[in-house]
This record gives sequence, C-alpha cells and structure tokens, in this order.
Amino acid sequence: MPSLSKLTAAAVLVVSSLALGACELGPKQSQQTGYRGTGIVQIVDPGNVVAPGEVPPPPYELPAPGGQTAGQVYQNVKVLANVSQEEFDYTMAAITQWIVPANLPAEEAGCNYCHNAENLADDSKYTKVVARRMIQMTQNINQNYSDHVKQTGVTCYTCHRGNAVPEYVWTDPKPSDGRLMGNKRGQNTPSNAVAYASLPLDTYAKYMRGNSGPARVISKTIHPTTANRQSVKDAEGNYAIMMHLSQSLGVNCTYCHNSRSFARWEQSSPQRALAWYGLQMVKNTNEEYIHPLANVFPANRLGPQGDPYKTNCATCHQMQRKPLGGAQMAKDYPALRTVSAAAATAAVPAAAPATGAAAPAAAAAAGN
Amino acid sequence: MVRYQNIFTQVQLHGHPEMGMPFKDDSEPRIKATTFSYWLGKLGQAQIGPVYLGKLGLASLLLGTLAFVIIGLNMLASVNWNPNVFLKEFFWLALEPPGPEYGFSPMVPLAEGGWWIITGFFLTASILLWWARTYRRARALGMGTHVAWAFASAIWLYLVLGFIRPAMLGSWSEAVPFGIFPHLDWTAAFSIRYGNLFYNPFHALSIVFLYGSTLLFAMHGATILAVGRYGGEREIEQIYDRGTASERAGLFWRWTMGFNATMESIHRWAWWFAVLTTLTGGIGILLTGTVVDNWYLWAQEHNFAPAYPDTGVVDPSTTLIPPSEVVIDPNQMVEDPGALPEAPSQTQGS
Repeated sequence: MPSLSKLTAAAVLVVSSLALGACELGPKQSQQTGYRGTGIVQIVDPGNVVAPGEVPPPPYELPAPGGQTAGQVYQNVKVLANVSQEEFDYTMAAITQWIVPANLPAEEAGCNYCHNAENLADDSKYTKVVARRMIQMTQNINQNYSDHVKQTGVTCYTCHRGNAVPEYVWTDPKPSDGRLMGNKRGQNTPSNAVAYASLPLDTYAKYMRGNSGPARVISKTIHPTTANRQSVKDAEGNYAIMMHLSQSLGVNCTYCHNSRSFARWEQSSPQRALAWYGLQMVKNTNEEYIHPLANVFPANRLGPQGDPYKTNCATCHQMQRKPLGGAQMAKDYPALRTVSAAAATAAVPAAAPATGAAAPAAAAAAGN
Repeated sequence: MVRYQNIFTQVQLHGHPEMGMPFKDDSEPRIKATTFSYWLGKLGQAQIGPVYLGKLGLASLLLGTLAFVIIGLNMLASVNWNPNVFLKEFFWLALEPPGPEYGFSPMVPLAEGGWWIITGFFLTASILLWWARTYRRARALGMGTHVAWAFASAIWLYLVLGFIRPAMLGSWSEAVPFGIFPHLDWTAAFSIRYGNLFYNPFHALSIVFLYGSTLLFAMHGATILAVGRYGGEREIEQIYDRGTASERAGLFWRWTMGFNATMESIHRWAWWFAVLTTLTGGIGILLTGTVVDNWYLWAQEHNFAPAYPDTGVVDPSTTLIPPSEVVIDPNQMVEDPGALPEAPSQTQGS
C-alpha cells in the first residue's frame, strides 16, 4: 500500500522532527575543569555561542586630573562634587551615550533625558534623581564588592547597553489570591528564567532581596534534625534560582559545583565563592539602591506590584561568564570606581546608603 | 515444512469468537461483545473481548476517570480555561499538593491543594480496586495470584511517595504533584534536598533491579525466539516435558556464561526482579527525610562513596577570607567566554 508507506514516512518525519526540535545538533566542545572522573566539565556548542557585546569607546580622551572640581563649578552636584569639572563632563557624556535611547524625540534626547534644559541643576526630572542613585550604586559595587567584580569593575553600560531600562530585570510576582482560576501556584510556566522547567518563578523575590535567606536546602547532618526543616518545595525554589545563575552565565551546574554534592564547599570550584559574593552584591544593590526608588519612579517604570525593576545575575552577565566578555571598561571612568567622599551627605530618596564595606560582613554574620 | 511464525503472527483465525468457559462462582456476566482486529492480530490475539467488567472494574474505572478529569480541569482552570494555552503549556501544568503551611491536615482549601488530596483519594481508591480485580479474576480462572502481588509492589512505591512518607513527615508538601514536567522537577528537587539520592543504597538496589529487569527480559525474549524453530515458545509444555528447545537454550547460556536458568526459573527471576524494583525503591524513599537527611554524608560515613581531593574552597559565609586569597587562584579556571575551549586537560591528582 503506497499510500500507507507514504503516511508512515510522513509520520516518522513529523515525530522525529518534534522529538529532536529542542536538540542542538552538531558536535559540542567539552572542557574538563575539575578532578578526573567527576564529570566536572563545561560543554560549549560552537554554533550557539552568545556574542559578548561591543564595548563603546570613551566619548573622548580621559581628561588629566586637576583643575576646578565639579562641585565648585556646578550647582547641586551631590555625588561627583569632588571630581574635576573636566572629568565630570566626560563622565556625563559617557553616561548619555550608554543609557539614553537613540530614537527619542529632540526634547528628550541627550542631556534632556535627565536634565531640565533650562536649568541643568534642577532635580525635577525623576531620571536625574534615579541616575544620581545609580552612580552611587555603581561606586558601591566597584569599591565594596571587588570580591565579585574584581578589578574589572562595572559601569552603567554593563547593565544598560544603550537602554534606559536594562534588558534583564525582574519585579515582584503577583501573590496567590487563593483562587483556582489562573493560579499556577507561582510555577508551571515555560520560562527561560528556569531553563524551561516547571520550577517556581518567584525565586528572585525569594533569594534576591535584602532580607533573603541563603539559597541552601541540603542538611549538614546525616540524620534529620530540627536545624533543617526545608521541604522539597524549598528545594524546587533553590533549584530554580540556580537555573537562573546557570542560564545567566551560559554555564552548567559543574561550573561551580561537584554535582555529587551540591552543598559541599570543599568539593566546589572557586567560582562558587565568586558567585556567593555576587549574590550578596545583588541583594545589597536591590535593597539599598533600587527598591527605595519606588516612590521616585513613575508608574510606567514599575512592575505590576508597584516595585521597581530590580537586578539579578543576567542584568550584568547577559549569558556571559564575565559581563561583556571580561572587557576592562571601568578603568576609563575613574569617577565611577570608588565611593565619593561627598556621597555620605548625598540626597538619598528613602533609605540610607549601605555602609558597603560592612555589607558582606553583615551577610556573613547572618549565615547567608 | 515447519514455518517459522513467532515474530509476527502470520495466520489469523477468524470465525466464531472464543467466549471462554462458563462462570461457576459468583462472578458477574462478561460483556459478550467481541470483534476482530487485523492490526492488533499482527502483534497478538486478533480477537478483542469478551471483557469482564464487574463491580470492581466499574468502580475502579469511574474513580480513575474522576481523578483524571479533576487533574485536567484543575490544569485548565490554571490557564483561565483557555484551551490554546492548555495545549501549549500542557507539559508544564500541574495539580500541586498543599504547601508546607498546611502540614498533613485533610482540611485544605480546594485551590490550595484540597483538590490534590481529593484526587489522590480517588486515584488511590481506583488503583486498589483494580488490584482487587486482578486478584479476583486470577482466582476465578483458577490461576495463582502472581500478577496481583507484583502489582501490589508497584502500589507500595506509589503509596510511599504520595501518602505514607508525607504522613510520617507530617506534610502533604512532601508528596508528588500531578503533572508531566512538575513530577520530574519534583524528582530532581527531592534528590537535591536529601543530598543526592544516588547515594541511597535502596535507590541503588532499585536501579539494579530495574535495569536487571530489562536485561532479563531481553535475554529471555531473545532465547525463546531463538529456539522457536524447535517449539520453544511452548514454555509451559517445556517446563514439564523438557524438549530439544529447552536443552539448546540451556546449553547456549551454559556455554556463554557457565550457568543457565531453567524454563521455569527464568520466570521467577523476572518476576522477582520486577517486584524488587519498586519494593526496594519504596524502602529507599521511605527512609529519605525520616531516617536519613543527607545521603551523601551517609555514604561518606559508611565508606559507600569515594572521597575526592578537596578543591580548597571555603564557604565564604563562614569566613571573610576573600576567594582571591584561598588556596586556588579563582581566576585559574575562568575562561574567555568568546574563546573556543582547548583540548581537555587533567587537573590535580591525575
């Protein structure tokens, strides 16, 4: 029966293409990164490498230090007052290039995106208040979280990449209303954030706020004790946030862990400690610098629960092990590298700025 | 000439359907409708029916259908009754058990896991009634009850996962959700929470019996097909009247590996391997979280798992030594992500 064999052939074709639809065909390259026989290996699909992204050149050559400071020349400079006026202008030019979208109408383009064109010192635009706080945030990360960002550091561009709002952000999920309709219990939705598993989606709020507990569910004892009452559901949340780390860096579990025992530090690679500092940095950034801006942002810059767009690992990393391929960008912008002396008196919309140096210590004391 | 017929049945008998022996005990009447299926006849018996439904079968099917429909309607409700989203996200959707906040209370709001408890009750009742049906039908035919007891072993694992272990830990949230990907994610999370289930020796035994079952099934099936030309497929006759098929099959395995099962014992091997898969698996699950909370540590304690050299990494939350001062340079393994990996290299200890 030719019609039957044709049908069978078509069915085989359809079924096999469906079955293989999610596969990345072609040879992979694997690299051993741990002890032999433990499967600690990184696998790269050469046909599927994400480009690290281009670093924009500085607007012009970095001016030599010296001369009058920005605080002496301009009004209402609260964070970068001690930077020379020339370097201040240079930094402002760079920030405009990094953040202000290119396709804006003239009245909002360039400096006008944040500044009142009539009076550049005026704080009437919310973008200026936010930008000031974001400069403090960048300085805090570079100075106090060098355990994570090393000497490479970060700039506004590390996250923004030419967008007013960084591409990879999160907001608080809608809490369960106790109804059946449309209630997925915070999970069971195909999403890149959890590697297309059915794992919980509310884990940024669970693990990336200032008061978040540690992402640790595995017991430190052989037998059950009251010290660890976490459930399998907690383990699913932990699993989900780890999938986010994995997706954000384009690595698999064994980049940090020996999968025979995810919990044991002496079996883990040094990258796991780097990631731990990164998680402390994200918690501090979200809680001290971004969340307090909730009253400053207009409604269209807030999530459905009225909270600002916050950071996670993907905000900077964007599927790279090192953001921007590890490009040394911050070295060209010294004003962003250390917390300004004037910052202590800077206008802060809500909460006081974190005393950054104490932040990791406080986190450690909390056992995070 | 003898024709070799046991890959596909090449001869199909169509005539008056075989209705079986008349019932003598208190069995209910069978559904007399029968038909012949040419295509099913390629794989097995071409005659379909008569079916014995009975009260147990009817109750089991009704309760099972009820559970199936409740799961489906809960999934459909979770996507606002949108059939397109239901189809698109079907593999992700679930009926989740109650959260840890409800403990093991039977009184849980329907939308917060109450439907899961009700569904679990219906499904369990359906399965237990079906078990009783396999037992009663075997007895009615004058058979042994081997099928029922093998099924009971699977029911044991099902009950441990969904009821006995959650009851012992006092939390419904320890149970498995109904859903395709959700139950798989549960499995992975379960292993992670309890320190890697691969170091659970009963899990290891279960895997041995599971893979062993497939191996035995393949060996037995292949052996019988191979001696089909000597009448080896008449296994029952060969058990009490050993012929050349049995002799050759036994010789083959003695020559190959020095030992052979008998025409009778191979079926006991297969039955026990299958039964022990879920029996040991259920024990392993039951011990997890009740007796052992971290199987990796248990395996280290009992020299059940090898130890590998330390990487020298220290939990940064317990010390404030920055990773840059830890024994290993943290930049050592950080690669340029744009660069293609080099050939694999062995690290310390090799």
